[in-house]
Amino acid sequence: MAAIRSRILPGSRERTSADKRRQQLGKAVTVLLCIVPGMTVFLLFLLIPMVQSARYSLYDWNGFGPPKDFVGFGNYDLLYHNTIFRSAVQHSFVIMFLSLGIQLPLSLIMALMVGRGQLPGKTLFRTILFVPFVFSEVVAAIIWRYVLHPSSDGMLNVVLGNIPGYQTIGWLSDRNVVLYSIFAVITWKYFGFHMILYMAGLQAVSKDLEDAARIDGAGEGRVLRYITLPLMGSTLRLTVFLSILGSFQQFVIIWILTQGGPVNSSQVISTYLYKYGIKNFKLGYGSAVAFVLFAITLVFSLGYQRMLMRQDYGDIT
Amino acid sequence: MGKAVMINTASLKSSKTVRRLPGFAVRYIILIALCLVVVSPVVTAVLGSLRTTGDFLSKPFGLPQHEIQWVHYTSILESRTFWQSAQNSLFITFGVMVLNVTLASLLAFAFSRIRFFGREIVFNILSFGLLFPVVVAILPIFIQIRSMGMINSLWGVIFPLVAFNLPQSVIILRTFFRAVPIELEDAAYIDGCTRLGFFRLILVPLARPAIAAVATLQVIAGWNEYFLPLLILNDPNKWPLLLGITQFQGQYSTDWAKVMAYVTILIVPAVLFYLVTEKYIVTGLTGGELKG
Repeated sequence: MAAIRSRILPGSRERTSADKRRQQLGKAVTVLLCIVPGMTVFLLFLLIPMVQSARYSLYDWNGFGPPKDFVGFGNYDLLYHNTIFRSAVQHSFVIMFLSLGIQLPLSLIMALMVGRGQLPGKTLFRTILFVPFVFSEVVAAIIWRYVLHPSSDGMLNVVLGNIPGYQTIGWLSDRNVVLYSIFAVITWKYFGFHMILYMAGLQAVSKDLEDAARIDGAGEGRVLRYITLPLMGSTLRLTVFLSILGSFQQFVIIWILTQGGPVNSSQVISTYLYKYGIKNFKLGYGSAVAFVLFAITLVFSLGYQRMLMRQDYGDIT
Repeated sequence: MGKAVMINTASLKSSKTVRRLPGFAVRYIILIALCLVVVSPVVTAVLGSLRTTGDFLSKPFGLPQHEIQWVHYTSILESRTFWQSAQNSLFITFGVMVLNVTLASLLAFAFSRIRFFGREIVFNILSFGLLFPVVVAILPIFIQIRSMGMINSLWGVIFPLVAFNLPQSVIILRTFFRAVPIELEDAAYIDGCTRLGFFRLILVPLARPAIAAVATLQVIAGWNEYFLPLLILNDPNKWPLLLGITQFQGQYSTDWAKVMAYVTILIVPAVLFYLVTEKYIVTGLTGGELKG
């Protein structure tokens, strides 16, 4: 077979050397035609700017003219001692932990409820629960700004006001509540996405194995714990990974809901970057913020993969 | 033996359905409750746009009490800025979709069907891009776009968006292209097809569902992008709809009904688009594992 292939296929035909060279040239041209346009856009608008920003972060630069005032790690030092930035980092982590601890389990439960058994109407449920994912974050945030409006005429306060003894809560104006309100909106927008991924993972789990366990007398809980979830391992890992990255990248929803307020109590790294770096024309300082954000996501994503690979390895031995 | 097994599984199945009936009821209650939570803010927004703001605020749920207020819609739809923004949104969406699908399928073709020196390295560099969200890179992109003189140009929004979504699209398409049997490729070459001919005449038509999935995801990404236009487009004439609405919201922050009318105008096409393309969205997100 290989012999036949090598005789027919372009690029490896044994003919005259001129022919061969023409073949090789043709292949090179094809490869260049395919690779160059895409990679040019990728390099110009993603990779080169990213590398440049590492350099800018070492300058005190307002963005006009070339960066000249080299400050070394001065920007990072400023960041490290800035209490607003520190609390912004904290808030980003809070969003991340809430996503992992509440949003993902909720999505998993929903996927189990919708996706398992021949539940009549399951496609309809899936369609409805997934709808928020296609809305833009801007639209989602504006709708929820009305729902969570702090004054007594916000929708949620009106609805809850029917409960006797209910005191109006400033969902977006109370410094102790605002971060959780934001998290609720993020969950509303994104849990359908994770649910879809889980449903796909569930579909790949062998029904025979689950049935075998049931025949052996395992209850539904044990089937889930010992058969279904372990078999969904790769999906679970993927969603955790996406959830971590997504939490740190959250910007639009928070910006439109609160702009990081009140008094920075919902400021996260990305909103801090926009407010104190870009809007104030401190591009060197902003680049340092961006770099810290990038470093956190990089460390998390690489470390996470590493850790889980080791764990998988331990399972095998 | 065979019969016994069949009977066994049959009885197991029927007993299972019986056992599951109360389970279904509980599931329905929970699911319907959750669907209500998911949908009610949206429904309120749509209904609110048909009422007066005063009405809307005193009773968030409810049908129009006086008569249906089309005023909010007519005043938005009559404004020239709205149509200008709609045009800009369409241009960005279409540009992102066409450029991304074209570049990504060419790249995926080279990565999946041609052996060449450095293939893995180039592919790894590209997939490294998955780690960069637009938010992290927004500042360097802004500086780059500015130095290329593309501030206030819709292309300054389109190109970075294409670049940032390229890795994801290439990875989806590469998986699908790989699944096309090598025999087809051989047959095409025997029949005198060139490589690009094989790509255009055989691979692309065969991978149509995957390409549709990628295109759909790009349409959503382009239509919904907010951050890049916010930074790169200063001229209100260049704004897409989403920037228009935030501006609008600031202007009329007390006039909720009008804001909700704008929101509804944006929601309706999104939902219609979703209902038509749900299959492709699901395929795209789950790599074809979950049928739409």
